[in-house]
Amino acid sequence: MIINHPLLGPRDSAEFVYMGDARLIERPDPESDTVAEQFHDYAYLRDNPAGTLRELWFHEGGDRSWLVVTRDTRTHEISKVELARDVARSKGRSK
Amino acid sequence: MRYSGFKVIKEALSGHKGWKPAWREPDPKPHYDIVIIGGGGHGLATAHYLAKVYKQKNIAVIEKGWIGGGNVGRNTTIIRSNYLLDGNEPFYEFSLKLWEGLEQDLNYNAMVSQRGIMNLIHSDAQRDAFVRRGNAMILNGADAEYLNEAQIRKEYPFLKFDDQRFPIKGGLAQRRGGTVRHDAVAWGYARSADSHGVDIIQNCEVTGFKIENGVCKGIETSRGFIGADKVGCAVAGNSGRLMGMAGMRLPIESHVLQAFVSEGLKPVLPGVITFGAGHFYVSQSDKGGLVFGGDLDGYNSYAQRGNLPVVEDVCEGGMAIMPMIGRARLLRMWGGIMDMSMDGSPYIDKTHIEGLYFNGGWCYGGFKATPASGYTFAHLLANDTPHETATAYRLDRYKTGHMIDEKGQGNQPNLH
Ligand SMILES: Cc1cc2nc3c(=O)[nH]c(=O)nc-3n(C[C@H](O)[C@H](O)[C@H](O)COP(=O)(O)OP(=O)(O)OC[C@H]3O[C@@H](n4cnc5c(N)ncnc54)[C@H](O)[C@@H]3O)c2cc1C
Repeated sequence: MIINHPLLGPRDSAEFVYMGDARLIERPDPESDTVAEQFHDYAYLRDNPAGTLRELWFHEGGDRSWLVVTRDTRTHEISKVELARDVARSKGRSK
Repeated sequence: MRYSGFKVIKEALSGHKGWKPAWREPDPKPHYDIVIIGGGGHGLATAHYLAKVYKQKNIAVIEKGWIGGGNVGRNTTIIRSNYLLDGNEPFYEFSLKLWEGLEQDLNYNAMVSQRGIMNLIHSDAQRDAFVRRGNAMILNGADAEYLNEAQIRKEYPFLKFDDQRFPIKGGLAQRRGGTVRHDAVAWGYARSADSHGVDIIQNCEVTGFKIENGVCKGIETSRGFIGADKVGCAVAGNSGRLMGMAGMRLPIESHVLQAFVSEGLKPVLPGVITFGAGHFYVSQSDKGGLVFGGDLDGYNSYAQRGNLPVVEDVCEGGMAIMPMIGRARLLRMWGGIMDMSMDGSPYIDKTHIEGLYFNGGWCYGGFKATPASGYTFAHLLANDTPHETATAYRLDRYKTGHMIDEKGQGNQPNLH
Protein backbone atom coordinates (compact mmCIF):
# COMPACT_ATOMS: atom_id res chain seq x y z
CA MET A 1 0.00 0.00 0.00
CA ILE A 2 1.36 3.43 -0.98
CA ILE A 3 0.39 6.55 0.97
CA ASN A 4 0.78 9.79 -0.92
CA HIS A 5 2.24 11.99 1.82
CA PRO A 6 1.23 15.66 1.30
CA LEU A 7 4.81 16.85 1.94
CA LEU A 8 6.99 13.90 0.94
CA GLY A 9 5.08 12.31 -1.91
CA PRO A 10 4.38 8.58 -2.30
CA ARG A 11 5.65 6.49 0.64
CA ASP A 12 5.40 2.80 1.52
CA SER A 13 2.76 2.24 4.21
CA ALA A 14 5.31 0.10 6.10
CA GLU A 15 7.00 3.37 7.14
CA PHE A 16 3.89 4.29 9.14
CA VAL A 17 2.29 3.32 12.44
CA TYR A 18 -1.48 2.96 12.42
CA MET A 19 -3.80 4.55 14.99
CA GLY A 20 -7.27 3.96 13.48
CA ASP A 21 -10.47 6.01 13.38
CA ALA A 22 -9.57 9.71 12.92
CA ARG A 23 -12.23 10.75 15.39
CA LEU A 24 -9.40 10.51 17.92
CA ILE A 25 -8.50 14.05 16.81
CA GLU A 26 -11.75 15.26 18.33
CA ARG A 27 -10.85 15.08 21.98
CA PRO A 28 -13.88 15.88 24.16
CA ASP A 29 -14.05 19.01 26.26
CA PRO A 30 -12.67 18.11 29.70
CA GLU A 31 -14.89 20.77 31.30
CA SER A 32 -18.10 19.24 30.00
CA ASP A 33 -20.77 17.94 32.43
CA THR A 34 -20.86 14.53 30.76
CA VAL A 35 -17.10 14.21 30.64
CA ALA A 36 -16.90 10.58 31.83
CA GLU A 37 -19.39 9.41 29.24
CA GLN A 38 -17.72 11.42 26.50
CA PHE A 39 -14.22 10.21 27.28
CA HIS A 40 -15.44 6.60 27.43
CA ASP A 41 -16.91 6.90 23.96
CA TYR A 42 -13.83 8.77 22.73
CA ALA A 43 -11.34 6.25 24.08
CA TYR A 44 -13.18 2.98 23.51
CA LEU A 45 -15.79 3.18 20.74
CA ARG A 46 -14.77 3.20 17.10
CA ASP A 47 -16.26 3.80 13.69
CA ASN A 48 -15.62 0.50 11.93
CA PRO A 49 -17.24 0.68 8.49
CA ALA A 50 -16.77 -1.66 5.55
CA GLY A 51 -16.10 1.16 3.12
CA THR A 52 -14.70 4.65 3.47
CA LEU A 53 -12.87 5.32 6.73
CA ARG A 54 -10.87 8.38 7.81
CA GLU A 55 -7.96 7.17 9.87
CA LEU A 56 -4.76 8.30 11.54
CA TRP A 57 -1.33 7.19 10.33
CA PHE A 58 1.93 8.32 11.97
CA HIS A 59 4.98 8.61 9.74
CA GLU A 60 7.36 7.08 12.25
CA GLY A 61 9.90 5.97 9.68
CA GLY A 62 9.86 9.38 8.03
CA ASP A 63 9.09 12.95 9.02
CA ARG A 64 7.06 11.93 12.11
CA SER A 65 3.99 13.81 11.02
CA TRP A 66 0.46 12.56 11.66
CA LEU A 67 -1.72 12.09 8.60
CA VAL A 68 -5.45 11.67 8.11
CA VAL A 69 -5.86 9.08 5.35
CA THR A 70 -9.24 8.43 3.73
CA ARG A 71 -9.24 4.80 2.63
CA ASP A 72 -11.71 2.13 1.58
CA THR A 73 -11.39 -0.75 4.05
CA ARG A 74 -12.54 -3.27 1.42
CA THR A 75 -10.16 -2.36 -1.41
CA HIS A 76 -7.45 -0.30 0.41
CA GLU A 77 -7.94 2.41 -2.20
CA ILE A 78 -6.81 5.74 -0.78
CA SER A 79 -8.85 8.73 -1.90
CA LYS A 80 -7.38 11.52 0.21
CA VAL A 81 -4.37 12.23 2.42
CA GLU A 82 -4.19 15.29 4.68
CA LEU A 83 -1.88 16.47 7.42
CA ALA A 84 -3.66 15.81 10.72
CA ARG A 85 -2.46 19.24 11.82
CA ASP A 86 -4.46 20.88 9.03
CA VAL A 87 -7.53 18.82 9.88
CA ALA A 88 -7.31 19.79 13.55
CA ARG A 89 -6.84 23.45 12.70
CA SER A 90 -9.78 23.44 10.34
CA LYS A 91 -11.85 22.30 13.32
CA GLY A 92 -10.82 25.42 15.19
CA ARG A 93 -8.00 23.90 17.22
CA SER A 94 -4.99 26.20 17.71
CA LYS A 95 -1.27 25.29 17.69
CA MET B 1 -28.03 -40.97 11.25
CA ARG B 2 -25.33 -41.83 13.79
CA TYR B 3 -21.80 -42.25 12.50
CA SER B 4 -19.79 -45.24 13.67
CA GLY B 5 -17.06 -47.61 12.55
CA PHE B 6 -19.74 -50.17 11.82
CA LYS B 7 -21.59 -47.68 9.60
CA VAL B 8 -18.41 -46.91 7.63
CA ILE B 9 -17.81 -50.61 6.97
CA LYS B 10 -21.42 -51.18 6.03
CA GLU B 11 -21.35 -48.27 3.57
CA ALA B 12 -18.01 -49.39 2.16
CA LEU B 13 -19.53 -52.78 1.39
CA SER B 14 -22.69 -51.33 -0.15
CA GLY B 15 -21.11 -48.77 -2.47
CA HIS B 16 -21.55 -45.71 -0.22
CA LYS B 17 -25.13 -45.23 -1.34
CA GLY B 18 -26.64 -44.79 2.12
CA TRP B 19 -24.99 -41.52 3.23
CA LYS B 20 -27.39 -38.64 3.70
CA PRO B 21 -26.74 -34.88 3.82
CA ALA B 22 -25.50 -33.94 7.30
CA TRP B 23 -28.08 -31.16 7.66
CA ARG B 24 -31.27 -30.00 5.95
CA GLU B 25 -31.65 -26.86 3.83
CA PRO B 26 -34.92 -25.41 5.13
CA ASP B 27 -36.57 -22.18 4.01
CA PRO B 28 -36.83 -19.56 6.73
CA LYS B 29 -40.04 -19.60 8.80
CA PRO B 30 -41.78 -16.27 9.46
CA HIS B 31 -40.98 -16.41 13.17
CA TYR B 32 -38.55 -18.12 15.56
CA ASP B 33 -38.16 -18.02 19.33
CA ILE B 34 -34.42 -17.50 18.94
CA VAL B 35 -32.47 -16.41 15.88
CA ILE B 36 -28.67 -16.62 15.81
CA ILE B 37 -26.97 -14.44 13.20
CA GLY B 38 -23.74 -15.93 11.87
CA GLY B 39 -23.10 -19.54 10.87
CA GLY B 40 -19.51 -19.61 12.07
CA GLY B 41 -18.23 -21.80 14.88
CA HIS B 42 -19.72 -19.62 17.59
CA GLY B 43 -23.19 -19.26 16.06
CA LEU B 44 -23.51 -22.98 15.31
CA ALA B 45 -22.18 -23.96 18.74
CA THR B 46 -24.68 -21.59 20.34
CA ALA B 47 -27.53 -23.28 18.46
CA HIS B 48 -26.28 -26.75 19.44
CA TYR B 49 -26.09 -25.95 23.17
CA LEU B 50 -29.36 -23.99 23.12
CA ALA B 51 -31.16 -27.02 21.74
CA LYS B 52 -29.28 -29.81 23.47
CA VAL B 53 -28.33 -28.42 26.89
CA TYR B 54 -30.84 -25.61 27.42
CA LYS B 55 -33.74 -27.43 25.74
CA GLN B 56 -34.86 -24.42 23.71
CA LYS B 57 -37.06 -24.94 20.67
CA ASN B 58 -37.78 -23.11 17.42
CA ILE B 59 -34.27 -21.84 16.70
CA ALA B 60 -32.64 -20.68 13.46
CA VAL B 61 -29.06 -19.86 12.46
CA ILE B 62 -28.89 -17.25 9.69
CA GLU B 63 -25.73 -17.24 7.56
CA LYS B 64 -25.06 -14.84 4.69
CA GLY B 65 -22.76 -17.22 2.80
CA TRP B 66 -22.14 -20.87 3.54
CA ILE B 67 -21.48 -22.17 7.03
CA GLY B 68 -17.82 -22.41 7.87
CA GLY B 69 -16.79 -19.89 5.20
CA GLY B 70 -15.77 -17.28 7.77
CA ASN B 71 -13.04 -17.35 10.38
CA VAL B 72 -13.96 -20.79 11.67
CA GLY B 73 -12.61 -22.18 8.40
CA ARG B 74 -9.70 -19.73 8.15
CA ASN B 75 -7.87 -19.99 11.44
CA THR B 76 -4.67 -21.81 12.32
CA THR B 77 -6.65 -24.30 14.46
CA ILE B 78 -4.82 -23.89 17.77
CA ILE B 79 -6.64 -24.63 21.02
CA ARG B 80 -5.27 -23.92 24.50
CA SER B 81 -6.25 -22.44 27.86
CA ASN B 82 -3.09 -20.61 28.84
CA TYR B 83 -4.43 -17.28 30.01
CA LEU B 84 -3.41 -15.28 33.06
CA LEU B 85 -6.37 -13.20 34.18
CA ASP B 86 -9.33 -14.31 36.28
CA GLY B 87 -11.90 -13.02 33.81
CA ASN B 88 -10.43 -15.25 31.09
CA GLU B 89 -8.81 -18.39 32.43
CA PRO B 90 -11.88 -20.20 33.86
CA PHE B 91 -13.70 -19.55 30.58
CA TYR B 92 -10.91 -20.91 28.37
CA GLU B 93 -10.37 -23.90 30.63
CA PHE B 94 -14.10 -24.63 30.43
CA SER B 95 -13.69 -24.48 26.66
CA LEU B 96 -10.74 -26.87 26.64
CA LYS B 97 -12.74 -29.35 28.73
CA LEU B 98 -15.60 -29.11 26.24
CA TRP B 99 -13.12 -29.78 23.40
CA GLU B 100 -12.02 -32.92 25.21
CA GLY B 101 -15.53 -34.35 25.06
CA LEU B 102 -16.65 -32.68 21.85
CA GLU B 103 -16.49 -35.56 19.41
CA GLN B 104 -18.56 -37.82 21.65
CA ASP B 105 -21.03 -35.00 22.29
CA LEU B 106 -21.43 -34.32 18.56
CA ASN B 107 -20.88 -37.87 17.24
CA TYR B 108 -18.52 -36.25 14.76
CA ASN B 109 -14.80 -36.58 14.15
CA ALA B 110 -13.38 -33.09 14.59
CA MET B 111 -9.82 -34.44 14.83
CA VAL B 112 -9.24 -32.91 18.25
CA SER B 113 -5.52 -33.51 18.76
CA GLN B 114 -3.99 -32.72 22.16
CA ARG B 115 -0.47 -32.64 20.84
CA GLY B 116 0.58 -29.89 23.24
CA ILE B 117 1.49 -26.25 22.83
CA MET B 118 4.71 -24.55 23.90
CA ASN B 119 5.38 -20.85 24.38
CA LEU B 120 9.09 -20.14 24.08
CA ILE B 121 11.01 -18.07 26.65
CA HIS B 122 14.07 -15.97 25.82
CA SER B 123 14.87 -13.90 28.89
CA ASP B 124 14.65 -13.89 32.69
CA ALA B 125 11.81 -11.39 32.65
CA GLN B 126 9.85 -13.52 30.22
CA ARG B 127 10.49 -16.59 32.35
CA ASP B 128 9.07 -14.84 35.41
CA ALA B 129 5.99 -13.77 33.46
CA PHE B 130 5.39 -17.24 32.01
CA VAL B 131 5.90 -19.03 35.32
CA ARG B 132 3.39 -16.66 36.89
CA ARG B 133 0.97 -17.41 34.09
CA GLY B 134 1.55 -21.14 34.51
CA ASN B 135 0.69 -20.82 38.19
CA ALA B 136 -2.49 -18.91 37.37
CA MET B 137 -3.44 -21.69 34.97
CA ILE B 138 -2.86 -24.38 37.57
CA LEU B 139 -4.87 -22.42 40.15
CA ASN B 140 -7.76 -22.46 37.68
CA GLY B 141 -7.59 -26.20 37.16
CA ALA B 142 -5.67 -26.16 33.89
CA ASP B 143 -2.33 -27.88 33.26
CA ALA B 144 0.93 -26.04 32.79
CA GLU B 145 4.53 -27.16 32.81
CA TYR B 146 7.76 -25.19 32.81
CA LEU B 147 10.46 -26.70 30.60
CA ASN B 148 14.13 -25.75 30.68
CA GLU B 149 16.33 -25.44 27.65
CA ALA B 150 17.61 -29.03 27.80
CA GLN B 151 14.09 -30.42 27.90
CA ILE B 152 13.08 -28.35 24.88
CA ARG B 153 16.21 -29.42 22.99
CA LYS B 154 15.09 -32.99 23.46
CA GLU B 155 11.58 -32.42 22.11
CA TYR B 156 12.38 -29.82 19.44
CA PRO B 157 16.05 -30.25 18.49
CA PHE B 158 15.66 -28.31 15.24
CA LEU B 159 14.79 -24.94 16.79
CA LYS B 160 17.37 -22.16 16.72
CA PHE B 161 18.56 -22.20 20.33
CA ASP B 162 21.58 -19.93 20.00
CA ASP B 163 20.10 -16.94 18.26
CA GLN B 164 21.90 -13.74 19.29
CA ARG B 165 18.76 -11.74 19.89
CA PHE B 166 16.31 -14.43 21.08
CA PRO B 167 18.20 -17.44 22.46
CA ILE B 168 15.77 -20.10 23.70
CA LYS B 169 16.00 -20.31 27.49
CA GLY B 170 12.91 -22.35 28.29
CA GLY B 171 9.25 -22.72 27.58
CA LEU B 172 5.80 -22.89 29.10
CA ALA B 173 4.04 -26.02 27.88
CA GLN B 174 0.39 -26.92 28.04
CA ARG B 175 0.19 -30.60 27.14
CA ARG B 176 -3.61 -30.59 26.81
CA GLY B 177 -3.49 -27.85 24.17
CA GLY B 178 -3.26 -28.72 20.50
CA THR B 179 -5.14 -28.43 17.24
CA VAL B 180 -8.59 -29.27 15.85
CA ARG B 181 -9.75 -29.66 12.26
CA HIS B 182 -11.51 -26.29 11.96
CA ASP B 183 -14.12 -26.97 9.24
CA ALA B 184 -15.16 -30.14 11.01
CA VAL B 185 -16.05 -28.04 14.04
CA ALA B 186 -18.53 -26.01 11.99
CA TRP B 187 -19.91 -29.12 10.31
CA GLY B 188 -20.13 -31.14 13.51
CA TYR B 189 -22.01 -28.42 15.38
CA ALA B 190 -24.26 -27.80 12.36
CA ARG B 191 -25.13 -31.45 12.04
CA SER B 192 -25.90 -31.78 15.73
CA ALA B 193 -27.94 -28.57 15.89
CA ASP B 194 -29.90 -29.64 12.82
CA SER B 195 -30.63 -33.03 14.34
CA HIS B 196 -32.07 -31.20 17.36
CA GLY B 197 -34.44 -29.29 15.08
CA VAL B 198 -32.45 -26.08 14.49
CA ASP B 199 -33.01 -24.52 11.04
CA ILE B 200 -29.68 -23.62 9.44
CA ILE B 201 -30.40 -21.07 6.74
CA GLN B 202 -27.52 -20.36 4.39
CA ASN B 203 -27.24 -17.69 1.69
CA CYS B 204 -29.38 -15.37 3.78
CA GLU B 205 -27.79 -12.03 4.66
CA VAL B 206 -29.08 -9.95 7.55
CA THR B 207 -29.60 -6.40 6.30
CA GLY B 208 -31.28 -4.76 9.28
CA PHE B 209 -33.10 -5.11 12.58
CA LYS B 210 -36.70 -4.31 13.38
CA ILE B 211 -36.49 -2.38 16.62
CA GLU B 212 -39.60 -0.84 18.17
CA ASN B 213 -39.53 1.15 21.41
CA GLY B 214 -36.21 -0.31 22.35
CA VAL B 215 -37.29 -3.90 21.71
CA CYS B 216 -35.89 -6.06 18.91
CA LYS B 217 -38.74 -7.79 17.04
CA GLY B 218 -36.80 -9.53 14.32
CA ILE B 219 -34.43 -9.16 11.41
CA GLU B 220 -34.59 -7.99 7.81
CA THR B 221 -32.78 -10.38 5.49
CA SER B 222 -32.11 -10.92 1.81
CA ARG B 223 -34.83 -13.58 2.04
CA GLY B 224 -37.40 -11.38 3.76
CA PHE B 225 -38.36 -10.44 7.30
CA ILE B 226 -37.89 -13.04 10.04
CA GLY B 227 -39.55 -12.38 13.39
CA ALA B 228 -37.81 -13.41 16.61
CA ASP B 229 -38.28 -13.11 20.35
CA LYS B 230 -34.54 -13.08 20.86
CA VAL B 231 -31.73 -12.34 18.41
CA GLY B 232 -28.13 -13.38 19.15
CA CYS B 233 -25.39 -11.88 16.99
CA ALA B 234 -22.16 -13.86 16.46
CA VAL B 235 -20.63 -12.54 13.25
CA ALA B 236 -16.99 -12.11 14.34
CA GLY B 237 -15.23 -9.68 11.96
CA ASN B 238 -18.52 -8.26 10.74
CA SER B 239 -19.65 -7.25 14.24
CA GLY B 240 -19.14 -3.52 13.67
CA ARG B 241 -21.10 -3.62 10.45
CA LEU B 242 -23.98 -5.69 11.82
CA MET B 243 -24.41 -3.88 15.13
CA GLY B 244 -24.17 -0.60 13.21
CA MET B 245 -27.51 -1.61 11.69
CA ALA B 246 -28.91 -1.53 15.23
CA GLY B 247 -27.40 1.92 15.75
CA MET B 248 -24.55 0.72 17.97
CA ARG B 249 -20.90 1.77 17.92
CA LEU B 250 -18.75 -0.98 19.37
CA PRO B 251 -15.43 -1.18 21.22
CA ILE B 252 -14.14 -3.15 18.21
CA GLU B 253 -12.04 -2.62 15.09
CA SER B 254 -11.93 -5.10 12.20
CA HIS B 255 -8.47 -6.18 11.08
CA VAL B 256 -7.15 -8.80 8.68
CA LEU B 257 -5.02 -11.71 9.92
CA GLN B 258 -3.24 -14.02 7.49
CA ALA B 259 -2.54 -17.74 7.66
CA PHE B 260 -0.02 -19.79 5.69
CA VAL B 261 0.37 -23.45 4.77
CA SER B 262 3.46 -25.08 3.30
CA GLU B 263 3.59 -28.05 0.99
CA GLY B 264 2.98 -31.39 2.69
CA LEU B 265 5.96 -32.82 4.58
CA LYS B 266 6.60 -35.97 6.53
CA PRO B 267 5.97 -35.50 10.27
CA VAL B 268 8.57 -33.03 11.54
CA LEU B 269 6.80 -30.97 14.18
CA PRO B 270 5.20 -32.84 17.07
CA GLY B 271 3.27 -30.02 18.75
CA VAL B 272 2.42 -26.34 18.46
CA ILE B 273 5.25 -23.83 18.90
CA THR B 274 4.70 -20.15 19.62
CA PHE B 275 7.52 -17.65 19.30
CA GLY B 276 5.81 -14.62 20.84
CA ALA B 277 8.87 -12.40 20.72
CA GLY B 278 9.02 -12.76 16.94
CA HIS B 279 5.26 -12.99 16.35
CA PHE B 280 5.28 -16.44 14.84
CA TYR B 281 3.47 -19.68 15.63
CA VAL B 282 3.44 -23.00 13.81
CA SER B 283 2.02 -26.49 13.88
CA GLN B 284 1.85 -29.32 11.36
CA SER B 285 -1.47 -30.50 10.00
CA ASP B 286 -2.30 -34.18 9.66
CA LYS B 287 -1.91 -33.79 5.89
CA GLY B 288 1.67 -32.68 6.54
CA GLY B 289 1.52 -28.98 5.77
CA LEU B 290 3.20 -26.60 8.18
CA VAL B 291 0.42 -24.24 9.29
CA PHE B 292 1.73 -20.92 10.52
CA GLY B 293 0.93 -17.29 11.11
CA GLY B 294 2.01 -14.12 12.83
CA ASP B 295 0.83 -10.56 13.23
CA LEU B 296 -2.17 -8.68 11.95
CA ASP B 297 -1.62 -6.54 8.89
CA GLY B 298 -2.28 -3.71 11.31
CA TYR B 299 -4.89 -1.45 9.72
CA ASN B 300 -8.68 -1.74 9.58
CA SER B 301 -9.66 -4.10 6.81
CA TYR B 302 -12.65 -5.99 5.47
CA ALA B 303 -10.61 -7.49 2.61
CA GLN B 304 -10.22 -11.21 3.34
CA ARG B 305 -6.66 -11.13 2.05
CA GLY B 306 -3.51 -9.55 3.38
CA ASN B 307 -0.57 -7.59 2.05
CA LEU B 308 3.03 -8.57 1.35
CA PRO B 309 4.98 -6.78 4.13
CA VAL B 310 3.33 -9.06 6.71
CA VAL B 311 4.05 -12.16 4.60
CA GLU B 312 7.72 -11.19 4.72
CA ASP B 313 7.55 -10.46 8.45
CA VAL B 314 5.93 -13.82 9.25
CA CYS B 315 8.44 -15.72 7.14
CA GLU B 316 11.30 -13.89 8.88
CA GLY B 317 9.84 -14.96 12.21
CA GLY B 318 9.79 -18.55 10.98
CA MET B 319 13.38 -18.41 9.75
CA ALA B 320 14.51 -16.87 13.04
CA ILE B 321 13.18 -19.67 15.22
CA MET B 322 12.95 -22.71 12.95
CA PRO B 323 15.44 -22.26 10.10
CA MET B 324 14.51 -25.54 8.42
CA ILE B 325 11.20 -23.96 7.45
CA GLY B 326 13.17 -22.15 4.72
CA ARG B 327 13.41 -25.44 2.82
CA ALA B 328 9.63 -25.82 2.57
CA ARG B 329 7.66 -24.09 -0.14
CA LEU B 330 4.64 -21.99 0.71
CA LEU B 331 1.57 -23.61 -0.80
CA ARG B 332 -1.27 -21.31 0.08
CA MET B 333 -2.23 -18.35 2.22
CA TRP B 334 -5.38 -16.41 3.01
CA GLY B 335 -6.81 -13.84 5.38
CA GLY B 336 -9.73 -13.57 7.77
CA ILE B 337 -11.36 -10.55 9.37
CA MET B 338 -10.82 -10.32 13.10
CA ASP B 339 -13.07 -8.52 15.54
CA MET B 340 -10.30 -6.85 17.58
CA SER B 341 -11.52 -5.51 20.91
CA MET B 342 -10.13 -2.67 23.02
CA ASP B 343 -8.55 -4.90 25.67
CA GLY B 344 -8.00 -8.07 23.66
CA SER B 345 -10.85 -9.93 25.38
CA PRO B 346 -14.32 -10.78 24.03
CA TYR B 347 -17.89 -9.71 24.78
CA ILE B 348 -20.82 -12.03 25.55
CA ASP B 349 -23.57 -9.76 26.73
CA LYS B 350 -27.04 -8.30 26.34
CA THR B 351 -27.20 -5.01 24.50
CA HIS B 352 -29.21 -1.98 25.62
CA ILE B 353 -31.88 -3.13 23.12
CA GLU B 354 -34.21 -5.70 24.65
CA GLY B 355 -34.08 -9.05 22.92
CA LEU B 356 -30.78 -8.28 21.18
CA TYR B 357 -27.67 -10.12 22.39
CA PHE B 358 -24.08 -9.77 21.30
CA ASN B 359 -21.15 -12.18 21.05
CA GLY B 360 -17.90 -10.84 19.54
CA GLY B 361 -14.55 -9.20 20.06
CA TRP B 362 -12.72 -12.53 19.73
CA CYS B 363 -9.56 -11.04 18.29
CA TYR B 364 -7.47 -13.87 16.89
CA GLY B 365 -8.16 -16.28 19.68
CA GLY B 366 -11.76 -17.16 19.11
CA PHE B 367 -11.38 -20.63 17.64
CA LYS B 368 -10.26 -22.23 20.89
CA ALA B 369 -13.19 -20.45 22.54
CA THR B 370 -15.80 -21.91 20.20
CA PRO B 371 -17.35 -24.52 22.55
CA ALA B 372 -17.42 -22.27 25.62
CA SER B 373 -18.54 -19.26 23.61
CA GLY B 374 -21.47 -21.25 22.25
CA TYR B 375 -22.27 -22.75 25.65
CA THR B 376 -22.17 -19.48 27.57
CA PHE B 377 -23.97 -17.50 24.87
CA ALA B 378 -26.69 -20.16 24.86
CA HIS B 379 -26.87 -19.82 28.65
CA LEU B 380 -27.30 -16.06 28.35
CA LEU B 381 -29.95 -16.37 25.63
CA ALA B 382 -31.90 -19.01 27.54
CA ASN B 383 -31.68 -17.55 31.06
CA ASP B 384 -30.93 -13.85 30.60
CA THR B 385 -28.07 -14.19 33.08
CA PRO B 386 -24.40 -14.75 32.23
CA HIS B 387 -22.87 -18.21 32.61
CA GLU B 388 -20.55 -18.39 35.63
CA THR B 389 -17.44 -18.57 33.45
CA ALA B 390 -18.43 -15.57 31.32
CA THR B 391 -19.42 -12.92 33.85
CA ALA B 392 -16.53 -10.61 32.96
CA TYR B 393 -17.32 -10.27 29.25
CA ARG B 394 -19.51 -7.20 29.58
CA LEU B 395 -19.86 -4.55 26.91
CA ASP B 396 -19.69 -1.76 29.49
CA ARG B 397 -16.50 -2.92 31.20
CA TYR B 398 -14.46 0.09 30.06
CA LYS B 399 -17.00 2.34 31.76
CA THR B 400 -16.80 0.43 35.00
CA GLY B 401 -13.03 0.00 34.87
CA HIS B 402 -13.04 -3.78 34.54
CA MET B 403 -11.08 -4.30 31.35
CA ILE B 404 -9.42 -7.69 30.85
CA ASP B 405 -6.15 -6.77 29.19
CA GLU B 406 -3.87 -9.84 29.20
CA LYS B 407 -1.00 -7.97 27.57
CA GLY B 408 -1.49 -4.59 29.21
CA GLN B 409 -1.54 -2.89 25.82
CA GLY B 410 -4.41 -0.48 26.41
CA ASN B 411 -7.09 0.56 23.97
CA GLN B 412 -5.11 -0.05 20.78
CA PRO B 413 -6.82 -2.99 19.05
CA ASN B 414 -4.06 -3.75 16.56
CA LEU B 415 -1.61 -4.43 19.39
CA HIS B 416 -3.64 -7.15 21.12
C1 LIG C 1 -5.79 -16.45 9.98
C2 LIG C 1 -6.50 -16.71 11.27
C3 LIG C 1 -5.89 -17.50 12.25
C4 LIG C 1 -6.53 -17.75 13.47
N1 LIG C 1 -5.94 -18.60 14.34
C5 LIG C 1 -6.58 -18.95 15.48
C6 LIG C 1 -6.03 -19.94 16.33
O1 LIG C 1 -4.99 -20.56 16.03
N2 LIG C 1 -6.66 -20.21 17.50
C7 LIG C 1 -7.80 -19.57 17.85
O2 LIG C 1 -8.31 -19.84 18.93
N3 LIG C 1 -8.38 -18.66 17.03
C8 LIG C 1 -7.81 -18.33 15.85
N4 LIG C 1 -8.39 -17.42 14.99
C9 LIG C 1 -9.63 -16.72 15.42
C10 LIG C 1 -10.91 -17.51 15.18
O3 LIG C 1 -10.89 -18.11 13.91
C11 LIG C 1 -12.13 -16.57 15.31
O4 LIG C 1 -12.03 -15.79 16.48
C12 LIG C 1 -13.45 -17.33 15.38
O5 LIG C 1 -13.52 -18.29 14.35
C13 LIG C 1 -14.60 -16.35 15.25
O6 LIG C 1 -15.86 -16.92 15.50
P1 LIG C 1 -16.76 -17.65 14.36
O7 LIG C 1 -16.19 -18.98 14.10
O8 LIG C 1 -18.14 -17.62 14.85
O9 LIG C 1 -16.55 -16.65 13.14
P2 LIG C 1 -16.92 -16.82 11.59
O10 LIG C 1 -16.64 -18.18 11.11
O11 LIG C 1 -16.29 -15.68 10.88
O12 LIG C 1 -18.50 -16.66 11.63
C14 LIG C 1 -19.21 -15.46 11.45
C15 LIG C 1 -20.22 -15.71 10.36
O13 LIG C 1 -21.14 -14.61 10.30
C16 LIG C 1 -21.53 -14.46 8.97
N5 LIG C 1 -22.11 -13.11 8.78
C17 LIG C 1 -21.46 -11.93 8.82
N6 LIG C 1 -22.31 -10.91 8.58
C18 LIG C 1 -23.53 -11.48 8.40
C19 LIG C 1 -24.82 -10.94 8.10
N7 LIG C 1 -25.02 -9.63 7.95
N8 LIG C 1 -25.86 -11.81 7.96
C20 LIG C 1 -25.67 -13.16 8.10
N9 LIG C 1 -24.46 -13.71 8.39
C21 LIG C 1 -23.41 -12.88 8.53
C22 LIG C 1 -20.24 -14.67 8.19
O14 LIG C 1 -20.49 -15.00 6.84
C23 LIG C 1 -19.58 -15.80 8.97
O15 LIG C 1 -19.84 -17.07 8.42
C24 LIG C 1 -7.79 -17.15 13.75
C25 LIG C 1 -8.39 -16.37 12.77
C26 LIG C 1 -7.78 -16.15 11.54
C27 LIG C 1 -8.48 -15.35 10.49
